[in-house]
Amino acid sequence: MGEDIANLEIRLLLEGVHQVYGYDFRDYAEASIRRRLTHWLAESGFETFSEAQSRLLRDRAVFESLLAGITVNVTEMFRDPAFFRIVREQVVPFLRTYPFVKIWHAGCATGEEAYSMAILLEEEGLGGRYRMYATDINEAVLQKAGEGVIPITEMQRFTRNYQKSGGKSSFADYYTARYDRAIVAPELRKNIVFAPHNLATDAEFGEMHMVLCRNVMIYFKAALKERCLKLFDTSLLPGGFLCLGLKETLENRKLGERYEELAPSSRIYRKRYV
Amino acid sequence: MSKPTPRRFRAIVIGVSTGGVQALQTLLSELPQDFPLPLLIVQHISPDADDGLVRLLGARCTLRVKEADEQDETLPGTVYLAPPNYHLLVESDGRLALSADAPVSYARPSIDVLFESAADAFGPALIGVVLTGANFDGSRGLARIKRQGGIAIVQDPADAEAPQMPQAALAATAVDQVLSLANIAGMLCTLAGEHATPTKETVVHA
Repeated sequence: MGEDIANLEIRLLLEGVHQVYGYDFRDYAEASIRRRLTHWLAESGFETFSEAQSRLLRDRAVFESLLAGITVNVTEMFRDPAFFRIVREQVVPFLRTYPFVKIWHAGCATGEEAYSMAILLEEEGLGGRYRMYATDINEAVLQKAGEGVIPITEMQRFTRNYQKSGGKSSFADYYTARYDRAIVAPELRKNIVFAPHNLATDAEFGEMHMVLCRNVMIYFKAALKERCLKLFDTSLLPGGFLCLGLKETLENRKLGERYEELAPSSRIYRKRYV
Repeated sequence: MSKPTPRRFRAIVIGVSTGGVQALQTLLSELPQDFPLPLLIVQHISPDADDGLVRLLGARCTLRVKEADEQDETLPGTVYLAPPNYHLLVESDGRLALSADAPVSYARPSIDVLFESAADAFGPALIGVVLTGANFDGSRGLARIKRQGGIAIVQDPADAEAPQMPQAALAATAVDQVLSLANIAGMLCTLAGEHATPTKETVVHA
């Protein structure tokens, strides 16, 4: 049963990674991490996970390549346009009542969603009145996010998403096209702080009016999901907003009763005042 | 009373693309309400599709039809459709999982992603079905199902609205059954009714 051995090897590999490097992937959902690890193995030149293991535990460079391979989340500009429309129409009016708004974007990957939110906030007149802390476990993607480089091949789809989300301007105003890539406008970057943060081991770092964590916890097992939700809950001020992916819900969650969904199936939850 | 021997199969996975809405209506409407296995389905679909397909299929068959949610336990007589813009996977404990990883062969949901993870989770207790489609998604996954000891069924390309996907599947692995759509439901009922070979450890209750 070759496949059962692969499962065992993956468990041992993640245990080794945790003990030697302190990164804990043992609570990641198995099917997806297995897919990503298998992909990494195929590119790595090693025959089996066991063969990779001995180098992995001794050679930090091999670990770094594994880390980059298994923590890459894919994001896009204005994914789920309907979500951004609800933020624009129903969340922004609340945010406007604060003199200054703090937003935590957990698991920001290459930053497309953070820049989408920045565009929205600028258009809604919150320019200069917000700071977004965009964090990710993967420092290589954070580097890319900070540079604000977006693959230009995607721009047609992103433009369509932007228009459907209720965008008020021309999407082309927000980036400069250079050869095969686009660079987002500097004024969108100046209010975003990109920083490393590991949802499995790190603590919260400040009071927030809004927390976005969309399609990140779907990769986690129940215990780690619960840990993340507790972090977000501790961070959020009463009246603050928790935004999850369209297939994630607070139903049947411990802290669900302290939150109210803003619109049905929007997956935007507002923290109650009591 | 003796404990019933466990069924030979634990789940069915189906992959379908062009022509799928019609094909799925035909296939699912012929399965009985008490069909003893869960059906996990990837139909290629636009990223911004609504729940129209779930409602349509739910109205046309007696099985329960729902969009797959993460952590769903797979129940008999229930159809789980991959949500638009997510991959559908199976965890080793048989529960469902979703992923927003990059499209595979331009598809999200991808048939290969479902089939490969289901093959790893269910091993020989899995039936994979490739129906009509104008691309080659599903052929890698069907090959993995065969390697893990499962059963592979492919719609006869001559019978499919778009023959490319069945043809690619036939080229990728040794398929057990090539059937017209009208005969697939009957085959699934036969296979789903099979029980595992009884073993000596079968517990007999007094």
